[in-house]
Amino acid sequence: MSDEDSKPNLLTLRGIRKGFPGVQALDGVDLSLKQGEVLALLGENGAGKSTLIKIIAGVLAPDEGSMEINGKPVFMNNPQDSLKAGIGVIHQEFNLVPSLTASENIFLGQEPDRFSFIPHSEERQKARQLFQRIGVEVDPQSCCGDLSVAEQQVVEIAKALSQNARILVMDEPTAALTPREVEGLLKVVSELRTQGIGIIYVSHRLDEIDEVADRITVLRDGSHVGTKEKSQLNREQLIAMMVGRSMESEFPTRKSVVGSVRLAVRNLNRGAWVKDVSFDLRAGEVVGLTGLVGAGRTETARLIFGADRMDGGSVELDGHRLHIKSPRDAIRNGICLLTEDRKGQGLVLGQTVQENFGLPNLRDFSGNLLLDASRESDAFAKFVRMMKIKVSDHSQLAGTLSGGNQQKVVLAKWLQKNAEVIIFDEPTRGIDVGAKFEIYQILQSLAEDGKAILMISSELPEILGMSDRIIVMNEGRVTGEIEDCSSATQEDVMKLATQREKAAA
Amino acid sequence: MRKMNPRSLLKEYGNAFVLLMLCIIVSLVTIEKQSATSSSAAQELVNEVVNDLGADSNVSILLHKGKGAANFAKELESGLMNKDIRVIDVVVGKPIDARNSLLSTASSLEAVIVTERMSVLVSTLPELAKENKALHRTQIFRTKEYYWPNFLKRDNIFNVLKQVSVVAIIAIGMTLVIITTGIDLSVGSLIAFSGVVTALCIQALGGESPGNSDLWMGASAAVLLCGLIGMGTGSMITFFKIPAFIVTLGVMFIAKGLAFILSNSEPITVENDAFAWLGRGADFAGIPNSVLIMIVLFILAHILMGRTSIGRFIYAVGGNSEAARLSGVPVQWVLVFVYTLCGLFAGFGGVMEASLHLTGDPKAGTLVELQVIAAVVVGGTSLAGGQGKIVGTLIGALIIGVIRNGMNLTGVEAHMQSVVYGVVILIAVMADQLKGRFK
Repeated sequence: MSDEDSKPNLLTLRGIRKGFPGVQALDGVDLSLKQGEVLALLGENGAGKSTLIKIIAGVLAPDEGSMEINGKPVFMNNPQDSLKAGIGVIHQEFNLVPSLTASENIFLGQEPDRFSFIPHSEERQKARQLFQRIGVEVDPQSCCGDLSVAEQQVVEIAKALSQNARILVMDEPTAALTPREVEGLLKVVSELRTQGIGIIYVSHRLDEIDEVADRITVLRDGSHVGTKEKSQLNREQLIAMMVGRSMESEFPTRKSVVGSVRLAVRNLNRGAWVKDVSFDLRAGEVVGLTGLVGAGRTETARLIFGADRMDGGSVELDGHRLHIKSPRDAIRNGICLLTEDRKGQGLVLGQTVQENFGLPNLRDFSGNLLLDASRESDAFAKFVRMMKIKVSDHSQLAGTLSGGNQQKVVLAKWLQKNAEVIIFDEPTRGIDVGAKFEIYQILQSLAEDGKAILMISSELPEILGMSDRIIVMNEGRVTGEIEDCSSATQEDVMKLATQREKAAA
Repeated sequence: MRKMNPRSLLKEYGNAFVLLMLCIIVSLVTIEKQSATSSSAAQELVNEVVNDLGADSNVSILLHKGKGAANFAKELESGLMNKDIRVIDVVVGKPIDARNSLLSTASSLEAVIVTERMSVLVSTLPELAKENKALHRTQIFRTKEYYWPNFLKRDNIFNVLKQVSVVAIIAIGMTLVIITTGIDLSVGSLIAFSGVVTALCIQALGGESPGNSDLWMGASAAVLLCGLIGMGTGSMITFFKIPAFIVTLGVMFIAKGLAFILSNSEPITVENDAFAWLGRGADFAGIPNSVLIMIVLFILAHILMGRTSIGRFIYAVGGNSEAARLSGVPVQWVLVFVYTLCGLFAGFGGVMEASLHLTGDPKAGTLVELQVIAAVVVGGTSLAGGQGKIVGTLIGALIIGVIRNGMNLTGVEAHMQSVVYGVVILIAVMADQLKGRFK
């Protein structure tokens, strides 16, 4: 018997099934988590990861199947039960009160007695101990609203530990972190592992999985595809397990022909965020725009799109100066933006996918006065087929789609608009490997059609793999351009991204 | 076309089901014995009398006063006279009137025709006969009777619809405002303001005897003015980013105050009965004009919200205004539009109210804004925005109207009615919450 097997099972799930109207989200999933291990839970969007996490967190009850903790069967009806059972869940959206301090947040809901005074100093002391245990320094007295995303995450972890969690579930913990913060988080995860805590780690980023996971469980279409030791899997096998087919490469081959300049951006300025930004986009070209978080990439895109007012600068399309005062003006001129925050800015989640698709295109579907919903539906159906958007029907609410499909709906909406310049802001954030490849293919085919594409991304492999040319920003300025992407390395990009002034060469 | 199964129908228009149940309940509790007053019933009764007595006899018609009684009496009288029966007396009134009529009858009376509610008379007839010889051989014929809910009478239904029309029409505008996550508290005051302005304009244009064109001009001026006020409200909310609650609260006080100042706190009479066309007239198949207009406006609003770009824009702005803006929706324009429309509808409601009383009354419309909001909320529009149906609002207004009518018919007193409204609103909102939970 090997050392691994002798470790006791902290959490065991057997034959978990869960159905929703019209879809079997989980179809007999097994999962086991040992003490002091990191189990990576992988799967494409819609594979059932979120549902499984919700069941572990006690938010949803399974239709069938059993759940054991330390070998004893448990039945959980609500999140409180799961907390009591020693399970802490760190969701993508944190459950912190921004106006309370870190220590107040940690002990929120654990006040000793409803009417007695709260022993603040004692709480702060305990909070400090928790942070020490995690190995990160956070001031327990600072307001959570003032903390960085990474620090807030640490507060969430401390909160779970304060309730004696033995099992931590982390749902896409690095989605909103900068590369340096990711490193910090991975250290935290390793530290917690040595303390005997079992961690279920959900992520799309295979690099992180490589670094941190002990075992990997893969879900696909609600079923359990397999659980393997990490050492037994290479990257290609892993991707093949997730998407159910082997993938030649992560990126499609670039083969579009770069033409003349379409969009010319000159001396854009906005406060401290964007300073003297100038660049060109050519027909058939994918330009990668990268930099650290806060470098002013998104802000630059929003200026071009008219979402914010510029202090100065000009935007020319095909040699004509544009006067863009609002997104409406930009859209009219064929410029469109796929925002980083799809749920908050890209889609009206309470409306149907078709209504979201139609929103900027209603003029195309209007008769004399009234909308022709069937024309709209036909147009949308075309994109559903073309982009393989997974929707049950056109009246499905946008909020119920997975991230990749939401992105496709947003894209469909702009393609119907016949956009000439398309700005993608973090197009694959929170999107799984299979859907990522599809988005890349779409990007590729748009470039082949002669559109000018600006792709903002923090993921350097994506930037290097997809771009014809890379623009790097730091602190609101363009610090460099890389013309030849085939020979460029991540180090080259990072050097520019951390440099204060534009490189001389 | 979106497919509808019964379950999703119930979810979307669950309040229609509530309305139906309410109508059934109110019908059941208002069932009463009714006397048939139709022409066919009259003819039948005449034939019965003729068959039993033959021609050349004396008959009195003694009916309890009530809806259609006078007409019924006339039909009976002419029917009997056609058959050469002498009608000695016709009474449409209370039992005491009928008693006096019987006692004063001189010639020998072969029969009386009575309605159910005159049955007191029937039992006392032998005694009366002792006092008046003419009643010795008197037979009694009763009108046909049947059971029918007072609620379900044609006139009552029209009455309910007429009563809700003002609130319902303003609720259209309010629905749009609430869908954009706003609120408009000023509509009640605008009713008073619009009524006063209408009456004043008509007075100014036509003096003592205003013509019909003066009526049109006055009413249009008031409605347009209210639309402008709504536009101002919307602009303040949109361009100065002041919460709608605060802006419309301010406008509410201003409009109310102006209504009193302009009218010197006195109701202003409109000296032309043609003005009542809107509030009291019923030109088409007996359906009140206000009800017809209400239905037409609801159909137009339904089309606006479901089948036009502006409707889509309104839902999108309410659902996520930033996403809407970044999709090229003219968000500011949409917001100004809905408040303008709400102002126009409130102004029109004010004209209807003034038309009903032939007066521009500065006290009109008090607290109506709350009734309007209640109708919208009961109709299933969420205060969180982005969702709501025009048809739902009509149903919401009708639910409140039917409850009020039911309570009036069964004699529930005013303060208790207020308690019931409150409970209904709370239940409606709770049901809405539960609906959200099952999504």
